[in-house]
Amino acid sequence: MRFIFKTDYDQDIRILKHSGYWWSYGVLLAVMLAAPYLLGSYLQSQLVFVFIYAIVGVALMILTGFTGQASLGHAAFLAIGAYTAGFMQSLGVPFIVYFPLAAILTGVVGALVGFPALRLHGIYLVIATIAFAFIVEEVLARWESVTHGNEGMRVRALDLLGMPVPRDSEAFYYLCLLVLVGAVLLALNLLRSPTGRAFVAIRDSETAGKSMGIDLAAYKVKSFAISAAITGLAGVLFAHKMTFISPEMFTLLLSIEFIMVIIIGGAFGVHGAIFGAIFIVMVDPFLTALKDDLPVLVASIGDSLGMSPEAAGQLREKLAKIGSAAGLKGAIYGLIIMMFILFEPYGLYGRWLKVKLFFQLFPLYKRATFKRQKTYVKSERNR
Amino acid sequence: MLDFIQQLVSGIALGCVYGLIALGFVLIYKATEVVNFAQGDLMMLGGFFVFTFIGLMGIDYWLGFLFAVCGMAVFGMATERVLVRPILGYPQFSIVMATIGLGYFLRSIAGMIWGTDDLRIETPFSAGVLKIGDLVLAHDKLSVIVATVILCAVLYAFFNYTRMGTAMRATSENMLAAYYMGIPVKRVVSLIWAISAAVAACAGVLLAPITFIHSNVGLVLGLKAFPAAVLGGFGSIPGALVGGLIIGVIESLAGFYLPQGWKDIAPYLVLLVVLLVRPQGLFGLSMRKKV
Repeated sequence: MRFIFKTDYDQDIRILKHSGYWWSYGVLLAVMLAAPYLLGSYLQSQLVFVFIYAIVGVALMILTGFTGQASLGHAAFLAIGAYTAGFMQSLGVPFIVYFPLAAILTGVVGALVGFPALRLHGIYLVIATIAFAFIVEEVLARWESVTHGNEGMRVRALDLLGMPVPRDSEAFYYLCLLVLVGAVLLALNLLRSPTGRAFVAIRDSETAGKSMGIDLAAYKVKSFAISAAITGLAGVLFAHKMTFISPEMFTLLLSIEFIMVIIIGGAFGVHGAIFGAIFIVMVDPFLTALKDDLPVLVASIGDSLGMSPEAAGQLREKLAKIGSAAGLKGAIYGLIIMMFILFEPYGLYGRWLKVKLFFQLFPLYKRATFKRQKTYVKSERNR
Repeated sequence: MLDFIQQLVSGIALGCVYGLIALGFVLIYKATEVVNFAQGDLMMLGGFFVFTFIGLMGIDYWLGFLFAVCGMAVFGMATERVLVRPILGYPQFSIVMATIGLGYFLRSIAGMIWGTDDLRIETPFSAGVLKIGDLVLAHDKLSVIVATVILCAVLYAFFNYTRMGTAMRATSENMLAAYYMGIPVKRVVSLIWAISAAVAACAGVLLAPITFIHSNVGLVLGLKAFPAAVLGGFGSIPGALVGGLIIGVIESLAGFYLPQGWKDIAPYLVLLVVLLVRPQGLFGLSMRKKV
C-alpha cells in the first residue's frame, strides 16, 4: 500500500499523481510504440480499430460518463467526420487542413444537437439523438453530389504532407495512437479543469449544479460540441482505415456499439473507454475463433472423459451446427450487454479496480467496498 | 381530394399500428419509469407464438390468440423477474441498455428457432375490405384500428379508475413511498410487465397479416413506435394513440406528396420540432424544481 505525502495543492489535480503512474504508463506507451514490430499485420490492424473505437469511447465518456447526457447518435458524428474527410480529399484539400476541419464541423453540428438537449433529459434526449442520427443517415444517402448516396464513397490513402500513409502501414498505426493519446490527455485535462468539474456537477444533480451558479445551457452545449469534435476526428481515421464509406455503415447499431464500449468498459473513467474498445473490437475475432475451436475442444474433453467416439463426434457436430447458426453473434452480444449490466455495472475498469484493491489491501479486502447502495425509483418527472 | 383522404385513412391505420406498440412502452414507463427498448421485439415474439399455435399446431384463431397473449404475459413477468428487478432503481440508462441487449438476444434467438423467412398465418381478417363510397380499407387494418382504440380505452380506465391502476401511478412517482403505503411494489411491477407484454402480443397477432412475421419486424416497427410514444408524452395512454396517429399520418402523407426519402425522416423531423417546443411531449406532464 502506497501512502502519498502531500506537500502541494497541485498534487490533487496532477494527471500523473505519483511515480507509479510514470512507470506503468511509460511501460504501456513503450509497448504500444513497439507493438507494430512485435505483432502480425492482422493484430496491428485490429489495434488500429481499438484505437478508433477508444477515441469515440473517450468522446462518449465526456458526454455520457461525465456530463450524464446519454447519446445514441454518435455514429452520425462519426459519419460526418468520415464524409468530411472523403469529400475534402476528393477536392484535393490536404490532410492537415481537413483533419481539424472535420473536428470543427462535427463540433458545430454537435453544438446544434446540444441545443435541444438543454430542454431534454433522460429518455427524451436519447430519442432526440436517435432521430438526429436517422436524419443524418438519410441525408448521406440522398445528397448524392457530395456523398455519392448509397453507392458509397472511396477514400484514397491518407497523404500526410506529401508522404503517403496507407491504411496498413505502421505510420497509420502511430497516427491513430497519437490521436488517441491526445484525446485521452484532453479528456483528463478537461476533467481537472473548472469545465470538467461543471460537467460532473451537471451529471450528479442539475438542480444542485444550477444553484452553485453553473450555466447548464453553456456547459451542456460545450460537452456535446467537444464530444462530437473528438468523434469527428475518429471519423476521419475511420474513413481512411476502411477506404470505403457508405451510409449503411453508420446506423443505430454502430451507435449502440459505441455505448456498449463505455458500458462494458465502465462509464466513470477514461480507462473504461479503452478497456471497452478492446473488448468490443476483440470480441468478434474471439467468437469466430471460438466457433471453430470449441466443438473440437469439447469433443476431445468428452473423449478423454471416456465418451464413446461416436457420441463425441455427434456432440462436436451439434456444437458446430449451433455455432454456425445465423444470428448467434447477436444473441451473444445481447447476453454480454445484459450480463455486464446485471453483474458488473462498473464494467471492466471496475473489475480492474477491484482486483487492484484486493492486492493492495491483501488480507483485508472487503467485498462490501464496492457494494452498490440500494436505491429506489423516484419519478424523473419532477426532479 | 380522394387521394388525400385515402392517404389519410391509411396513415391512420398505420398510426394505430404504431400507437398499439407505443402503448406497451407507455404502460411500463407509466408504472415504473423504465423504458423498454425491447418492446418491438416482444411484439415480434408474440407474432411467433401465434404462428406456432395457429400455423404449426393448427389451433383455432381466437384460441391461439388467447394462448399467445397469455404466453407473452408469462414471458413478460419472467423478463421482469430476471432482467429488470435486479437493476430497478439504478440510472435509467442502464435499464435502457439492458433492454437493448434483450432485444438483440430475442431477435437472434427467434431467428434461430423459427428461421429468417417471412411467415404468415390465416386470420379472419386476412381477406375482405370495407368500402365506404370510393374509400377502401382492408379488414386487417380495420382490426388494428378497433383493437388499438379498445385497448387504449380499457387501459386508460384501468389506470385512472381502479385501485391497482392508482397503485401503479403511485409506484411510478416514488417507489419507496408507495411501499410504505402498503402497495406491493414488486407485484405491481411484475403485473405491469405482464400487461405490457400481453399488449405487445396483441400487436404482434394483429399485425401478422399486414407485416408478416419475421425476426426483424420488432426492430423496424419499434423504432417508429418509439417516437410515437415520445411525441405523445411518454406516460400518457391517449398520448400514445395520438402520437402514433401523428407519426402514421405524417409518414403516409410525406410518402405521397414529398420526394422519395422524406417518408422515412419526416416523422423524426416532426419529433425534433415538437421536442424543441414542448420537451415533455404533447400530453406529458413535466414539472421542474425551481432553483
